[in-house]
Amino acid sequence: MKGAIDVVDFPVPEFPPSDHPTEGDMAPDFTRPLVREGYWEDVPFSEFAAEAGSALLVCYPLNWGGKSLYWWKEIRERGWGGDSVGVVGVSISQPFDHQRFIESMDLEYPLYSDPGNGVAQRYDIVHDLDGMAGIEEPRPAVFLVDDDLTLEYVWVAETWPETPPYDEIEDELGQL
Amino acid sequence: MSAADCDTPALTLYRLHGCPYCERVVRQLDRHGLEYNSLFVAGEHSRRNVVAREAGTRSVPVLVDGDTGVTMAESGLIVEYLEKTYGEGGD
Repeated sequence: MKGAIDVVDFPVPEFPPSDHPTEGDMAPDFTRPLVREGYWEDVPFSEFAAEAGSALLVCYPLNWGGKSLYWWKEIRERGWGGDSVGVVGVSISQPFDHQRFIESMDLEYPLYSDPGNGVAQRYDIVHDLDGMAGIEEPRPAVFLVDDDLTLEYVWVAETWPETPPYDEIEDELGQL
Repeated sequence: MSAADCDTPALTLYRLHGCPYCERVVRQLDRHGLEYNSLFVAGEHSRRNVVAREAGTRSVPVLVDGDTGVTMAESGLIVEYLEKTYGEGGD
């Protein structure tokens, strides 16, 4: 089966083809509220990447769902991020919900709030949610950019739901 | 299914956003062309009292079939049940 995922051996829904940016392309810039535990403010992604040296943008499914709880726990335990790379999430929760999520998960990572899903639209990774009329979110994906938004590494899910290749991503982070 | 039931599907699926086992069942329901109530529940098991009351478990997916009186968990069993009841050999 095409796009078989790592933990299950039965077919799950496949995403349609996407024209998302790939390695070597420039990542589309965007400005959204960047939520931290204590406050949020509008921050251009380009500014975040420039200040951090490089950035891993984690496009992730709804807060509190079957994926987000596990993903952020895994990322937290792996201790991603540091002096040369900033890890940042983006999902469709409004800022107050992001704050509660950060607090509950004890995250040191900030999260972009994008209820309109404009970032996913710009990256061509829109996921219309089955059974939730009128709601779309990003497909599971990660985009690693250097300080001027050139893409160093890209992973975009081909099936729903799919878990990020943590080890592969970690290798890429190690090469920065 | 009687005419009176047409507006309300007899099948109800309790599902979790981002759960591959739930998507597996969704895929089979769609494949059999079945209408169903799609109910999303919380990620945390502690917040799934409604599922516990209905099915005696906090794991999803859970399928409830009002026509046959069946309530069941475990995606593999549900897929098997759907095939047997609504698949080529069923009905």
